[in-house]
Amino acid sequence: MAGVEPPPSPGDETVPYLEILDVAKHFGGVQALAGVSLTVARGSVHALVGENGAGKSTLGRIVTGEVSRDGGSMLLVGEPVSFRSPREALERGVAAISQEPAIVPQLTVAENVMLGREPRSRGFLRRRSLAREYAALAATAGFDLAGEMSAGRLRTAEQQKVEILRALSRNAELIVMDEPSAALSEHETRQLHEIIRTLARAGTSILLISHFLREVLDLADTVTVLRDGEVVRTAPASQETESSLIEAMLGRPLTSTFPPKQFPGGDSAVRLSVRELSAPGVSDATFDLRAGEILGVAGLVGSGRTELARAVYGAARVQSGTAVLETGEALGRSPRRSLAAGLVMIPESRKDDGLIFGRSVVENATLSRLGDVSAFGVVRRAREWKTARAVLDRCDVRGAPYGAPVRALSGGNQQKVLLARTLLCEPRVMIADEPTRGVDIGAKRAIYDFITSLAADGLGVILISSELEEILGLSHRVLVMRRGRIVAELAGEAMTANAILAAAFADEPPGGVAA
Amino acid sequence: MSARGSVLRLLEPGNPVTARVRTAGILIPFIILFAVLALTSSSFATKPNLLNILDQQSAILIIASAGTLVLVAGGIDLSVGSIYSLAGVISAHFALETNPVLAMALGIGAGLLIGLANGLITTVLRINALIATLAMSFVVSGCAALVTKGNLLVLFDKPGFGKLARTEFLTIKTSIWLMIVFVIAIGTLLAATTAGRYMYAAGGNAQAARLAGVRVDRVRILAFMLSGVAAGLAGVIDTSRVLSAQAASADTGLAFTVLAGIVVGGTSILGGVGAVWRTVVGVLFIALIGNGYILLGLDPLYEQITMGLILLAAVGLDAWTTRSA
Repeated sequence: MAGVEPPPSPGDETVPYLEILDVAKHFGGVQALAGVSLTVARGSVHALVGENGAGKSTLGRIVTGEVSRDGGSMLLVGEPVSFRSPREALERGVAAISQEPAIVPQLTVAENVMLGREPRSRGFLRRRSLAREYAALAATAGFDLAGEMSAGRLRTAEQQKVEILRALSRNAELIVMDEPSAALSEHETRQLHEIIRTLARAGTSILLISHFLREVLDLADTVTVLRDGEVVRTAPASQETESSLIEAMLGRPLTSTFPPKQFPGGDSAVRLSVRELSAPGVSDATFDLRAGEILGVAGLVGSGRTELARAVYGAARVQSGTAVLETGEALGRSPRRSLAAGLVMIPESRKDDGLIFGRSVVENATLSRLGDVSAFGVVRRAREWKTARAVLDRCDVRGAPYGAPVRALSGGNQQKVLLARTLLCEPRVMIADEPTRGVDIGAKRAIYDFITSLAADGLGVILISSELEEILGLSHRVLVMRRGRIVAELAGEAMTANAILAAAFADEPPGGVAA
Repeated sequence: MSARGSVLRLLEPGNPVTARVRTAGILIPFIILFAVLALTSSSFATKPNLLNILDQQSAILIIASAGTLVLVAGGIDLSVGSIYSLAGVISAHFALETNPVLAMALGIGAGLLIGLANGLITTVLRINALIATLAMSFVVSGCAALVTKGNLLVLFDKPGFGKLARTEFLTIKTSIWLMIVFVIAIGTLLAATTAGRYMYAAGGNAQAARLAGVRVDRVRILAFMLSGVAAGLAGVIDTSRVLSAQAASADTGLAFTVLAGIVVGGTSILGGVGAVWRTVVGVLFIALIGNGYILLGLDPLYEQITMGLILLAAVGLDAWTTRSA
């Protein structure tokens, strides 16, 4: 592990690249940051960790000029700065890379990188010199990304490369990365890590905001832990461990990340059987799911896991094959019919596919079973609230009154609202697609407990996750998908990280692109 | 904190004060305008004037209340003006030959069918609602012209037809009563029924609603059908009110007047946010401005400019407060 000392770089090494002194920020009545100070050395990777709502993203957005600070000061190479917009920050060499890359899908990669500073003469673009500049830049960064490709066709990881190149093209000396690997597969994440190390070696400072503690420990030179808008401590990464960071973030030790596994009996009933199911992105999937079982589905992003889930649930068109519940009811026709038959799905993206952000917590919870709290088509408010409150309390939804719009909640609590909705549906089978994405560590454990307890009650659970630990920590059996097919089924001793990765990557060319 | 700081904080997404102002929305300016007019013009706050406003606005209120459903469910209906025209001329045409009740039913039925067609085109065929209903409005206007063959249909010798809107009940005209009943029914549908709830869900996040088991297409078709019925009913009521009907060439004007009322009331053009009571206040707010210009003897040339600026302000406020997403 690298030490705290920055690598030698040109320029003044005694003055830190960025100093944040006593910065405060509040949104309405909520104090997001209270007197935060930290120092980012030149050419170092400085990580910010903390639970959702601890203020890490706010701090990142203040540094990049997206949000103004209420108090405190910021020094860039010893000189006080106040950025009023990301553009101003960029002019001073501070760039941002977000979780969802900001690219123009219709333009090519090179055009996206050079966006706003294209070489031109008399108002006309000079395409050849644009291509030349791009090629030089990509070569310096060591990216092999074809400049003439349409940016909309890139996958998230490559779009991030476009953003990084864009930052480099403006001579960014500090890049703020907010959860850069959240939407990436393990393979892509490794690529990103390599890029970050290369950048740091070349003297670029990185402010890395991440939920993934192993990523933080691998990459960072220094780690600052935030809790409730205040700095708990800043220490060299070499002095931290995952559990020391968790303890600092939570303010208490976390007993165990995963609840103990309760294996279903060998004679338990088959809740769901899928036979030779084909759908867009899925070919020929066959498997059974037993009562009380948690069946993990692993694979790279794009390997067909989500597509399989959506086909079974009826959200995507099934081309051939069957998915049948133990009751004999055929699935895969429409979400509505699946719900009625006893299958629920927690979708991959709660923002796009799960919640109605502008509507209240209660309305979101009861949406799938509104008929149960209505009479003659009229919603009985009192009954609705009573029903909703019971499940929302049980799922421990916190952070806003139940009448407030669901967007007011943190990611973890939003996910719990979806769990509450699931409970109301009284399912026999549940598909959970990335149930802990973008969720803080406390809520994670609550979601794990929830899934485990549903299985203990006799539900069949399909768990799709990009986090290997999660798959290994919760599943009783694992299916590995690759290019739309189930390529391995692992259980017991055979269920190891290596075996899953080997199956997921089997025919990948080294450093290649996932299908 | 400086004044500038506190203003900036008011504009911060999720600020409770801003949220409350948004909830009250158009109600505050409406009350202020009402009070100003009542104080400055002696003839404003009189029963004849107020009832006259309601009578004139009843068609717009009916169409706009149902239009709110369409907007909330994530659609838009620009064909209401031409449906209004067509329903008027169909009912007038048949009233000249058969009994008035049947003629009215045919007019409203035409609205229902066109609404159904709008719903099917936008959901099953997945054609953008703005374009689909704009195209539909041309088709329907053409149909209306075919019915009248370019003539003004006059019903002065069919007083039975006038009973629908011109009867007085408790000293108030039936056109107003019909409007009140219809608006309350539509408002209740949106605010209290499962169908209304599904409209909010469909407009707020169609994909999520579908995955949660909501039949998004059906809900949207229902909204379009109600919009068609409302436009048909309004057309019939106005025909009964003036005892004549004509196929107008530019029927999109009414559609945009209706849309302005809905949006000024605070219903989001993007779907998922809104309420029928807001629309009522929005439509009446615009009507009061028109009324005020007349009563106070202001230059009516400025009325449209005022209207446009108010519309811009309403949409701007919407954009500002929804940026918190």
